[in-house]
Order: sequence, then C-alpha cells, then structure tokens
Amino acid sequence: MAEFRMPSLGADMEAGTLVEWLKKPGDRIVRGDIIAVVETQKGAIEIEVFQSGTLETLLATPGQKVAVGFPMAFIRGDGERDVTLPAVPTPPQAWPTPQAAPPSVTPHAAVPPPHLGAIRASPAARKRAAELGVELQNVGGTGAGGAITLADIEKAAAALPSPGEGMRQAIGAAMARSKREIPHYYLAHTADLEPALRWLEAENAKRPPPERVLYGVLLLKAVARALRDYPEFNGFWINGRFQPSASIHLGVAISIGKSGLVAPAIHDADGLALPQLMAALRDLVARARKGGLRSSELTDPTITVTSLGERSVESVFPVIYPPQVAIAGFGMVVERPWVVESAVVPRRVLSCSLAGDHRVSDGHRGARFLAAVARLLQEPQGL
Amino acid sequence: MTDQEITKAVLSALAGVAPELDEATLEFDNSFRDQLDIDSMDFLNYVIALHEALGIDIPESDYASVGSIDGAVAYLSTKLKATAKS
Repeated sequence: MAEFRMPSLGADMEAGTLVEWLKKPGDRIVRGDIIAVVETQKGAIEIEVFQSGTLETLLATPGQKVAVGFPMAFIRGDGERDVTLPAVPTPPQAWPTPQAAPPSVTPHAAVPPPHLGAIRASPAARKRAAELGVELQNVGGTGAGGAITLADIEKAAAALPSPGEGMRQAIGAAMARSKREIPHYYLAHTADLEPALRWLEAENAKRPPPERVLYGVLLLKAVARALRDYPEFNGFWINGRFQPSASIHLGVAISIGKSGLVAPAIHDADGLALPQLMAALRDLVARARKGGLRSSELTDPTITVTSLGERSVESVFPVIYPPQVAIAGFGMVVERPWVVESAVVPRRVLSCSLAGDHRVSDGHRGARFLAAVARLLQEPQGL
Repeated sequence: MTDQEITKAVLSALAGVAPELDEATLEFDNSFRDQLDIDSMDFLNYVIALHEALGIDIPESDYASVGSIDGAVAYLSTKLKATAKS
C-alpha cells in the first residue's frame, strides 16, 4: 500500500488546499493520471500520481488544507493484496516537526487536531468558514462564551491574503532563497535576430493565424537545442551536489497580470518541432492564466527561460529558480545600427542573457553556451 | 455587416484574451495593447478569434492596423467590403 502525499510544487510551497478529487475509491489509476485538484499560491493545480494501482482510501476532504508531504490517500499497487487498513494510518509522532508546517495547517486528513472539539461555533459559522477557507482554530470568538459568530468568520476571511498576495509571497520566498544560496554569475550577448525574424515572417505569411508561430518559440527551441551540448546548465542542485537531467524540460516564465508569474515546464522541448512547441506554449500560457497546470509541469523544469517580449526593455538579468542551476533571459527586440559586411545597416537585434550557478559552472562555459544559442538563431530553418 | 456589428465582434475577440476589459474606460482610438497589457500570445489569439468570427485572415504585416478598436473596425470593414465584391 502506498501513500499518496501532498506534493511539493516548488521551493516555496508549504501546503495546499484540496479542491476536489477526480477519482474515487476503487478506481483504477495509471501513473500520470490526474487524481485531484489542489489550490496553491500558484493557482489551482491538477495533481498527477506517480504510481499505478487502485485508489483505496481518500484521507483528505475537499476544502482541507494539507501540508506538503502529508498523506492524502492510499493507493494499492498492482499485485498487492487487499489488506485491511489500520484505523489511524500514520501515528502523530511520525509527523514532521512543527516548524516544517505552519500552525494554520491541518496536519492530517484523517485525524482532526485534538483541540477542534473545544471550538464553539454555530453550524452556520462553520459552514461559512468552510466556504471562505477560514480555519476555525485561527478565529477569536466574540459571541456568548467565546463562541465564533458568522461576523467573526467574515472578519477573519477579510484578513486572509488574496490569491495575488499569496503568489507574491511565494515568489519572494523562492527568490530570497535563490539569492541567499546560489552564487550567481551573469552574462549578456546581443544577437542579430534579423535572419530569424525574416525567415519566420515569410513562413507565417504562408499560414492562417491559427498556424502561425511566435518568435519566442524560436528562442525556446534554440535554448533547448544548445542544452544538449551543455548539460551543466540543465538539472538540479540537490543535497549539495549537481544532478544533471537527461531530459530537457524548459520552464517558461509566464506573467499572470499583476499577481506575479509562474514558470511551468514544456517537457522534452528539444525534441519538439516549432509548430508543436508553439502549440505547447499556447496551451501552457492559457492554463497558467485560467488554471489547470499539472503538478509535473511545476516540478519538472530543468532550466527556466524568461522572455520580456514586446513593449518592454532591452535586457533582463534573471534570477535562478532553485533547485535549478541556470536561467536564460531575452530582452525586447530592438532595431539598431549594425555592422554587416563592413556596412552599417539597420538590424533588429536581441539581448540574450544567462544567469549561471557558480557551484556548477563558470562564466567560460556559460559564454560558450550563450554563444551557441545565438548561433542557432542565425539558422532558424535548422531549429 | 454594419460597423456596429464589427465593433461588437472586435470587442468580443478582445474580451476573450482580456477578461477584465471595461468598454466604458477603454479608449477606442488608442492602442489597447498598453491599456490592457496584451502580449504577443494574447494578440495572436485575438487575431485568431477575429479570423474565426469574420473569416478575415489578417497578415502579420497588418497587425498594427488592428491594435486599436477604431483601427480594427476600419480595417475589417474595408476587408469585408472587398471580400463581398469579389
């Protein structure tokens, strides 16, 4: 019997709130299936399982906040016999230490906190608290005998951080950790993007709008292809050592309005043709903004790419998202006087930058990698 | 198709990529890209929505013409008349 636990969907995540189960006990599940939706600081995320078998027991209930690493369900693996579960599957002593989980987190789905019975609240107040995501143990009651009233719940709900604030806090925590732990170095290079843009404009002119490709997709493909020859920029720093990744999963920084950003993965980006990569990007942007990102997309990126796009500025000096070890950045395309075959001509150029982790690589290799990206962009038809 | 109908189609296409769109405060004669923070993916999706709604294929070289509501209505009106004649 395997425990299905609340996954960590980023360096900054402490807990998630179960929104709904998409499978029920007795359902056959296959590795990669989406079995639950969990609300996090990055929005509502679809959670995948890593094991095939039969969903045996659900421990968490919708609306419940569950700390990272705590069991949410039991899965009976293929070939395992049906066994009777113990009434309390995990003894309280086995839980992580209190500092691992914030006090507002309900530690275990199946076991209510011991003091819950002592809280006095009307059924209406309890119902409203569940609707608003307010946890009763955090609310001071102003009713008779300290009972929690409906008004107390409304007041507590108003004090909760909005989703935007939550995302900002998550970004702040991850970036503070990055700047504290990762010895960054920065490189920048200006690439002539005129050949790539002309080629793409000619290609797009032949296609109806739904089949057009954005130039940002060329940038993603160039980074993914260059990584094949520079594995020290693709992987994770875990437990004091670098673990290179055999697969190239590009995290793509996607702005979510004023709330912040997420950088979910396009899996195996180096093997995707440009139209496939465009389709993957379109799908990812839509889901990042409307909800429906999958857990693997948040945990799998082996490097991140950030592209400022149009109506922006020339250069970016990006910050690595731990536990990754590099991030590639692209500024806005600008037209500049450029020397081509001893003549000054107007060219559209692009600032390409790289932040690397000195624990894994040096500026020399970083420069070679960034130059390889720029070189690949000179021959877009080969991407 | 009247200009009023085209305006409705343009606003509907734009609302698809900018749900927070408020017709009362949007300046129809200025670029909506800055007003609504429309990135290149949003803009392409807006062009695709116009393509689906009106059957007009807007080439990339004409994107600047459809970046404001008034500009888009004038451009599409001309294109629709040309299509009707041919």
